[in-house]
Amino acid sequence: MSGGIFLVLIIESFSDYFMNSEIEIAKQLIFSPAGLGESDLSNVLNHLMTQRGVDNADLYFEVSRYESWSLEDSIVKDGTFGIEKGVGVRAMSGEKTGFAYSDEITLPALEQAAKTVRAISRQGQQGRLNAWVSNGAGHDLYLPIDPVSTLNEREKIRLLESVDSEARRLDTRIQQVMVSLVGTQEVMLVAASDGTLAADVRPLVRMSVSVVAEQDGRREQGSSGGGGRVAYGYFLDNDRALGFAREAVRQALLNLEAVEAPAGTMDVVLGPGWPGVLLHEAIGHGLEGDFNRKGSSAFAGRIGEKVASPLCTVVDDGTLAERRGSLRVDDEGVPTQCTTLIENGILKGYLQDKMNARLMGVAPTGNGRRESYAHLPLPRMTNTYMLPGPHTPEEIIASIDKGLYAVNFGGGQVDITSGKFVFSASEAYLIEGGKVTRPVKGATLIGNGPDVLTRVSMVGNDLELDEGVGTCGKEGQSVPVGVGQPTLRIDGLTIGGTSM
Amino acid sequence: MNESQTQYLDVIDNALTEAKKQGASAAEVAIGVETGLSVTARLGDVETLEYNHDKGLGITVFMGQQKGSSSTSDFSPSAIREAVAAACSIAKYTAEDVYSGLADKALMAWDYPDLALNYIWELDSEHALELALECEQVARQYDKRITNSEGASVASHSGVHIYGNSHGFAGGYPTTRHSISCSVIGQDGDTMQRDYWYTAARNHEALDSAKSVGEKAAQRTLARLNGRRLPTQQAPVLFAPETASGLLGHFTRAISGGSLYRKTSFLLDSLNQQLFPDWFHIEEQPHLKGALGSAPFDSEGVITQARDLVKKGVLLGYILSSYSARRLGMQTTGNAGGTHNLIASGNEMKSQAELLKMMDKGLLVTELMGQGVNHITGDYSRGAAGFWVENGEIQFPVEEITIAGNLRDMFRNIQMIGNDADRRRNIQIGSILLDNMAIAGQ
Repeated sequence: MSGGIFLVLIIESFSDYFMNSEIEIAKQLIFSPAGLGESDLSNVLNHLMTQRGVDNADLYFEVSRYESWSLEDSIVKDGTFGIEKGVGVRAMSGEKTGFAYSDEITLPALEQAAKTVRAISRQGQQGRLNAWVSNGAGHDLYLPIDPVSTLNEREKIRLLESVDSEARRLDTRIQQVMVSLVGTQEVMLVAASDGTLAADVRPLVRMSVSVVAEQDGRREQGSSGGGGRVAYGYFLDNDRALGFAREAVRQALLNLEAVEAPAGTMDVVLGPGWPGVLLHEAIGHGLEGDFNRKGSSAFAGRIGEKVASPLCTVVDDGTLAERRGSLRVDDEGVPTQCTTLIENGILKGYLQDKMNARLMGVAPTGNGRRESYAHLPLPRMTNTYMLPGPHTPEEIIASIDKGLYAVNFGGGQVDITSGKFVFSASEAYLIEGGKVTRPVKGATLIGNGPDVLTRVSMVGNDLELDEGVGTCGKEGQSVPVGVGQPTLRIDGLTIGGTSM
Repeated sequence: MNESQTQYLDVIDNALTEAKKQGASAAEVAIGVETGLSVTARLGDVETLEYNHDKGLGITVFMGQQKGSSSTSDFSPSAIREAVAAACSIAKYTAEDVYSGLADKALMAWDYPDLALNYIWELDSEHALELALECEQVARQYDKRITNSEGASVASHSGVHIYGNSHGFAGGYPTTRHSISCSVIGQDGDTMQRDYWYTAARNHEALDSAKSVGEKAAQRTLARLNGRRLPTQQAPVLFAPETASGLLGHFTRAISGGSLYRKTSFLLDSLNQQLFPDWFHIEEQPHLKGALGSAPFDSEGVITQARDLVKKGVLLGYILSSYSARRLGMQTTGNAGGTHNLIASGNEMKSQAELLKMMDKGLLVTELMGQGVNHITGDYSRGAAGFWVENGEIQFPVEEITIAGNLRDMFRNIQMIGNDADRRRNIQIGSILLDNMAIAGQ
C-alpha cells in the first residue's frame, strides 16, 4: 500500500484541532455570502414536507474550486481554474423523486426550486421535518484543505517539468511526454428532512503521465499516475511524481516488445492493485442498491447465496485515510463504512443510499454519492477491494502451465442485467510452464459477473490498492473511486487477442 | 438574436474588455446556457421529474504567446472580473508557445447561416409523463417475457451557445434537443437481458413515436434472450449502424490534430493515402438544416464548411483546430470542438438483410463493450454481443465474446456498406461488412 506514513502522522496530530471544522468551513463559504442560516433551510424543507405525499426531502449545497495544469513538448502550455457552486433540491414520495437545482445560492432560488419539485406528489400522508442532528460522526480521513493553494504556481510548473525531464532522461526512445496535474476542493453541506445536517471539505489531487516511445518506426504508449485526498506535496514525497514518469516509460518500452495476444479461453493470473477493476465491474455495480431494489441486477435476491469461491472476501470501504474513493460522510450526510459484499464466497450485502435502503427496509451504508449539486444521489462504490489470501504471487504463477499474467488495465464496463463485463489489459505477459515469458499486446477480457469469482482458485497474500486514478461513470455521473486486490488466479477467462 | 442572447453578448463584451484591461493581448469567451425537463416513468408510474438549468462562461486569455483559462457560472461583473484575473494569473506562469493564439481573423464566421436548430417544444411535465407512460406500457405489454423495466424517459432541452473573441467577432445561436428513450428487461428461465432504444432530434416533430420506441426496445430485448457463446474462430463481421458509427469515431480521433501532432495516432502522415476501399466516401456536412451535428461555426468562431473528408477511399483532410493546424503547418478545418455531421457512403449501398445474405455465415455485432482500442497502434479488442448468422439469416443471439483486429486493416477491408444509416448520430454510417476478424469465445 502506498500512502506515506508521514501524512498519516499529520492527520493524527491535527485531528482534534480540525474536529467538526468541516461544518464551520462549509457554513462560512456557502451561507455567509448569501446571508442564509439554518432557519432558512428549515423553512424550505418544512414547505416541501407540507406537500401531501412528500415523505423525504433534502437540500445539497456545494462550492467547488478546481485547477488543472498540463505539459507537453516539455513546456507547461495551459492551465485553467474554475469555481462551481449551487444547490440541489430533492423531494421524494415512495419511489418517486422530484429534483431541481440552481447555480445561485440564494433564498429565492432555493424557494423556487423547492416549489418546482413539490409537484412530484399529489396524494398520501403529510411528512414531517425532524429536528437537526448535527453530524459529528464522520471520520477524520483527510485534512479540510484546498490543495490548489498547497504549492505556488512556480512549484507546480517545476513539478510538471521534473516529470518530463525524468521521462526523457531515462531513454532516448521517448518522443513525447504529456503530464497533467489536477487539484480540486469540494465543500458540501447537506440538510435533510430526517434531521441530517452534515458537511465535508474534500480535497482531491491527481497527476497523470503519458509517454510515447518510438523504435524502428513502431510507436507505443505508456501511462501512469496517482493521487488522493491530499496536498500537492504528496507528489514530491519520496519522488513519487518521478516514479510515475519511470513507470510510464517502463510500460511504453515494454509495449515496443509486445507480441500478439492470444484469443480464446485460458487460465489467467491478475496482478495486485489496479486489476481490482475486475471487482468493480464484475461484482461492485451489480451489488448497488438501486439495481437490486428494482430487480434489474443479475445479483438481485441472491443474498446468502454462494457467488464466489470460499477464498474470496470483498469489501467496499469508504473509510481509508486519504484514498481517492474515501469520504468522511457520503453526499447524503451518512458516515461512510466498510461494507462486506462477499464473505468467504457468500453474498452478504448491497451498497445503499438512503432512498434504496428505505425502500428495501435496510440501513444505508454511506454509499449515496452524486457528481455535483446538479445530479441526483445514487448508490455508488467508494474503495472496492478483495482481502488477501494464503498464496504467494510466485506460487500462483508457477501453478499455471499455459496462461496469461495481466498486471495493468485500462478501464472496464458491465451490463448489470446479463452480468457480462469486460476489462481491458494494457500490460500482460504469457505464462508458459509456470514462468512469465513474453509481453503481449493489450486485449479485452470478458466474463460473467455472478460466475467469474467462483473460478478464483488461488488468492495472493499481496493486497495492494491502486495509485488513485479511478473514475467511475454511472447514468452520466462521474465520481472518484478506488479499487484493489491481491494477486488472483482465475480458471478459464476469455481473452480477446488475435493469435489463435 | 433574441433579447437573452443580446444580454449574453453584453456579458462577453464585458469579459473581453476586462481581459484587455488586465493586460491580455487577445482573449476569447464562450457562454453556454441550457434549460430542460426530463421525466422518467417506471412500472406505470412517474419515477423522476428533473428540471435542469445550467449556465457557464469560459474565458481564455493570451499574454503574447502565453495562455491561461478559467470558468465561472456567475455572470455578475465582479465574478467576471475574478475569472479574468484567474486566467491572467495562470497566463503569467505558462510557457511561451509559438503556436498559441486565436484562429485567424479572416476565417471568422462574420456571416453565418441560420441552420434551423431551434424548435421549442411546449412540453409540460404532465404531457411528458403521458408520453413516457405510453412508451413504457407499449414495451411492457409487447410480450409476456418482458418482466421488468428500467423505465421510459422523455426529455426536452433548449439552450444557447454564444462565442466572442478580441478579433471583434461575436456570434451565437439557439439549439434544442428532444428525446424519448426506453429500456426494458426480458426474462426466460434464469437469465435476464436488457436493451433499449431511443429517438432524438432538434425538432420534436421529427421524433419517432413513443409507441415505436417502446416496441423497438421490447424487440431488441427479446431478441437477446438465451444468448450463447461462440467457439474461438475467424469469421466475417457485420457491424450494425449503432456500432459502425463508433468504428468511424476511432478513425476521426486518429486523424484529429491533437493525436497527429502528439504522434499518438496510428494514422500519422496518412493524408492522400488510400485508407478505405475505392468505393467508400465520407463527407462532412456542417450546415444540414435541423441536424443534431450541425454548427455554423466551430468553438473558435471559424466558419464551418462542407467538404469531402474521404473520397474514393483516400483521406483528403485532417480534423484540425487553429492550434493543431499551426503545429502541423496547415490551415484549420473549422473543427475546434469536433466534427459536424460526418456521412459515410458507398457507390452501392444495400439493406442490412442483403448484407446478411452477402456475409452468408458470420457475426452480426449490435453492441460493443469496454475501451479496448489502442489509438497509437490501431489494435482493437472489444467485448461484443449480437447474432450468429448462417445461410444469410440470423440463427441465435450471441454474448460474452470479444472481437479483435487492427483498425487500419479493418478500414481497408470493408466489403460493403448498408443504406441503413443511424440518423440520430453525428457520425452517420449504415451497417458495414468486414472480412475475417478474430472472435474469442469458448
